[in-house]
Amino acid sequence: MTKFILRRCLQALLVLFVMSFVIYALIGLMPGDPLDLMIQSNPGATPEVVARLRAIYGLDQPLYLRYLHWLWDALRGDLGFSRTHSQPVLEVLIPALWTTCKLMLISFVLSVILAMVLGIVAALKPGGWIDGLISLGAFAGISVPVFWLALMMILVFAVRLHWLPASGIANVGDGSLLDHTRHLIMPVVTLALANTGGFTRFVRASMIETLRMDHIRTARAKGNGEGRVVLVHALRNALIPVVTVMALSFGTLFSGALLTETMFAQPGMGKMIYDSILSNDFNLALSGLLFATLVTLVSNLFADIAYGWLDPRISL
Amino acid sequence: MRPDAAIGVWTLRWRRFRRHRTGMASLFILLALIAFVLAAYPLESLLHIDPDTTDLFARFDPPGPGHYLGMDEAGRDVLIRLMVGGQISLLVGLLATVIGGVIGTIIGVIAGYFGGRLDGVLMRFTDGMIALPLLPLLIVLGAVDLTKLGFSADFAHSGAAGFWRIVIIISIVDWTSIARLVRAATMQIRERDYVRAARAAGAGAPYMMATHILPNIATPVIVSFTLTVGRVILFESVLSFLGFGVVPPTPSWGNMLNNAQELVTTAPMLAVYPGLLIFVTVIAVNFLGDGLQHAFDPRSEK
Repeated sequence: MTKFILRRCLQALLVLFVMSFVIYALIGLMPGDPLDLMIQSNPGATPEVVARLRAIYGLDQPLYLRYLHWLWDALRGDLGFSRTHSQPVLEVLIPALWTTCKLMLISFVLSVILAMVLGIVAALKPGGWIDGLISLGAFAGISVPVFWLALMMILVFAVRLHWLPASGIANVGDGSLLDHTRHLIMPVVTLALANTGGFTRFVRASMIETLRMDHIRTARAKGNGEGRVVLVHALRNALIPVVTVMALSFGTLFSGALLTETMFAQPGMGKMIYDSILSNDFNLALSGLLFATLVTLVSNLFADIAYGWLDPRISL
Repeated sequence: MRPDAAIGVWTLRWRRFRRHRTGMASLFILLALIAFVLAAYPLESLLHIDPDTTDLFARFDPPGPGHYLGMDEAGRDVLIRLMVGGQISLLVGLLATVIGGVIGTIIGVIAGYFGGRLDGVLMRFTDGMIALPLLPLLIVLGAVDLTKLGFSADFAHSGAAGFWRIVIIISIVDWTSIARLVRAATMQIRERDYVRAARAAGAGAPYMMATHILPNIATPVIVSFTLTVGRVILFESVLSFLGFGVVPPTPSWGNMLNNAQELVTTAPMLAVYPGLLIFVTVIAVNFLGDGLQHAFDPRSEK
């Protein structure tokens, strides 16, 4: 087990290392470079001055040297300075990470609960009309563009009904818990709905398969009530693959969070990455993307470990 | 046909598919959608409108004769833009799926057929790709300045470049599920007796893959391709919506929602139509995939 975890950790580190180079190179291919922005604000700069500045900032060096330089700084905890926020990158990153975690965790829990209930109910009578209805809903959840769902939520609940605020995390001058909650409802529900579809299908499929197994027939034959058979005997076994799928869906969840944050103006990681790419804030974009990758890799690692722990048949 | 005559596998599958209600319904919806987007050509010549002509005096005009769904924020005909935009969105969906599918199939079949260390390396690479948060990665890829890759400025800002860029970035990111599927299927086929016999008879790897492996794994791959089309259309819409995909004036269902956030308050229907079309297309594609899976599975014969 220890060997397995160690090997997986090393693999994740390798992926992170490769990705850091790929993202570094890609960020370098985005329009403009840090000097262009400086030159724009100083029209009098002569080509000689520009060349000297280039040398000072190391922009005349080949890509791999610049990368190694950046990597060395990053490993010592120096991720550079955010141009748009005029703050060290880490100080922008950490509050944003907190906002995203809150959004993602609440919607994740919500969609897991919803998916379990719907998936189990659907699996009780596969092919029945309740199953058909739930499957239709699940397909709708998979197929809806998240940003458009957010848009429609805004249209209905903010513009038409005036029930909920369309953006931000709190009203100015009002920081009460109720106010914060009201601002969170639409982002959380949007993100949760977008994820529930896929989860429901997995729970349903896994439950149907488990309910056909021999040990379920034995449990029924021994006189257990149907409720106990489903909730205790079947659910426990059905959950093993589901847990993995859910933990592995973290990358998708993050992509969804990026959209919900952008649509509802939540100051989280997703919106921060999007804004930083739009505004050529290279340091922030680079660190944000790497952070998102890191968090995804860690959650996948947990998924692997949880899988081995839940299913004793799998020898690691 | 004589009642005792053997029927072909595709006839059987078509029979099973026909009984799959949601699958059949999706097929008709998709055919209707294709007819809808192609109707742009007759409509353009019939009403003498085109999707790019702006008329600032006609901004947000309500539906009326000649402009059945009204005008958008730049005074362009909404209906014709929905049709032309649909052509672009569907084309991106198909092209990126085919290119990504070919990449995934090649990687999967090589990994599955040869196995061993090559398989290990390719699958670790695939796992690494699966682990990444795709949307941020696609945004960065969409933001890449083509002139820095050596393309001319004219090309980099043309509509064609915007179109091909999104096709290519989606296909180089979204090939992983097909690769894994193809690998697993290949490994199963590889051990069948007739395949081993062919190998023992001296057949080379390319011949084996072309005649024995690929035809036999076609059905799960077709299902997976179908589901990928839906995902790609969603990716296209998101990227174009965020401004990193198909660039205006070329319309796509995604970039027609570029100003959607303001439109929701001023002209809500403009924000509803494109999204609704994306939603209907993707849900139909997904149900079609479900129907195909049912039809291809011999166990669902009941």
